[in-house]
Amino acid sequence: MDRQSEASLRGVTPTLLSNAPNEWKGELFHRDRSIHPPGYTPGYKTSVTRSPTKALLSLQNSLSEVTGPIFNHNELGPLDNDLIRNYAKTGDPIGQRIIVHGRVLDESGRGVPNTLLEFWQANAGGRYRHKNDTYTAPIDPNFGGCGRTLTDENGFYHFRTIKPGPYPWRNYANDWRPAHIHFSLFGASFGQRLITQMYFEGDPLIATCPIVATIPDKDAIDRLIAAYDARATVPIDTRAYKFDFVLRGRRSTLFENKLEGN
Amino acid sequence: MPQSLDYLKETASQTAGPYVHIGLIPKQAGFDIFENNFTNQLVGPKTRGEKIRIEGKVYDGTGTPLRDVLVEVWQANSEGRYNHPADTQAKKLDPDFRGWGRAGSDFKTGTYEFHTIKPGPVPGRGGKTMAPHVSFWIVARGINIGLQTRMYFSDEEEANAKDPVLNLIEQEKRRQTLIARREEKGGEVVYHFDIHIQGEQETVFLDV
Ligand SMILES: [Fe+2]
Repeated sequence: MDRQSEASLRGVTPTLLSNAPNEWKGELFHRDRSIHPPGYTPGYKTSVTRSPTKALLSLQNSLSEVTGPIFNHNELGPLDNDLIRNYAKTGDPIGQRIIVHGRVLDESGRGVPNTLLEFWQANAGGRYRHKNDTYTAPIDPNFGGCGRTLTDENGFYHFRTIKPGPYPWRNYANDWRPAHIHFSLFGASFGQRLITQMYFEGDPLIATCPIVATIPDKDAIDRLIAAYDARATVPIDTRAYKFDFVLRGRRSTLFENKLEGN
Repeated sequence: MPQSLDYLKETASQTAGPYVHIGLIPKQAGFDIFENNFTNQLVGPKTRGEKIRIEGKVYDGTGTPLRDVLVEVWQANSEGRYNHPADTQAKKLDPDFRGWGRAGSDFKTGTYEFHTIKPGPVPGRGGKTMAPHVSFWIVARGINIGLQTRMYFSDEEEANAKDPVLNLIEQEKRRQTLIARREEKGGEVVYHFDIHIQGEQETVFLDV
């Protein structure tokens, strides 16, 4: 690890701690598992041996679940949210220039401030910059394919990238993933941790994808599809897609059991 | 019709996929892009507490280690306080300890490891104390929604016996799946913690 990160990655700034919103202290709503994919989904073959067979043990929240890591602006670099420039060596990457923007909300509709979003994707041809990706489409020398950003005080985020291409994968003999961007989100509690994928409006591959189909709820699938957003387009430069995330909400602190006992 | 409850629904989870390393630990994917990287190193020279290494493998239902898994940990500091505003205990914060890290398992062996400190006990619900533990979150190709569990410490027998979460596990022998085995070798303290996603030795996973 380099020197700058030594200090910033381990600590948390005292100002952030004392200014933290009061609602960060409440217990999380329990997770509605009916909108999430179950572990065992035979249409997505790899899940068969990678899914628990015993029931999960349900816990009421303790401090271990309502707390979680907090990140600071000084941990990120100025180009971390610009995938068009953050790995450019000899020029811009090939492909359709897009902005992805939106909000991170909780189930009560409140913006989630200062939360870390990390994202990764294939390049315009559908190839990942990864040791284990052997797809025949070429690596783009100017495209890394990952970035990260923090939401602002109202939960808004944005980044710029190249629209990823679809790619084939080994599941059934002729499966193709719809174009997608992978996202990781933290919220303010380790119990809100979430990984998901965002798809693009109008992509015919969404309807036939076995990974999309792991989600049992049609509306929950629709909520993973970003809308084309002409209003946020930069004319003659970059098109835009809008995509909101919802993390687990928190109980209000009106009449609540104290987590730490009496 | 009554008023509708205008709650939003949580965004559905999707697998992290085989290339999760690109986004979360790009150096392991094979390239360098960020100035600051999040790693499996939770401690610095000034961090207070007993330095330990946690090491293990995550096994699938056939007993094969996952070589593409990503593991994150979250824990309290050596006194048992979380570095987060919801933890208002009077115990001291450690400015050199955030308490969070992430690791990819080795592409060849499937071993993951963390360099951290042993956490102190933290308060549980209803005035009970929870034994020292580390929260785990596991994602990979083939895992549709992150798996959550906890790691406890084999040298905390007395505290473990009273731990309110371990005691919720009905089958006593399954409690053992959450207890890491302590070993001291060459001056280093190592806790071995293997996770079994499926099968005879299936780890207890939590719905938190
Ligand atoms: Fe992907």
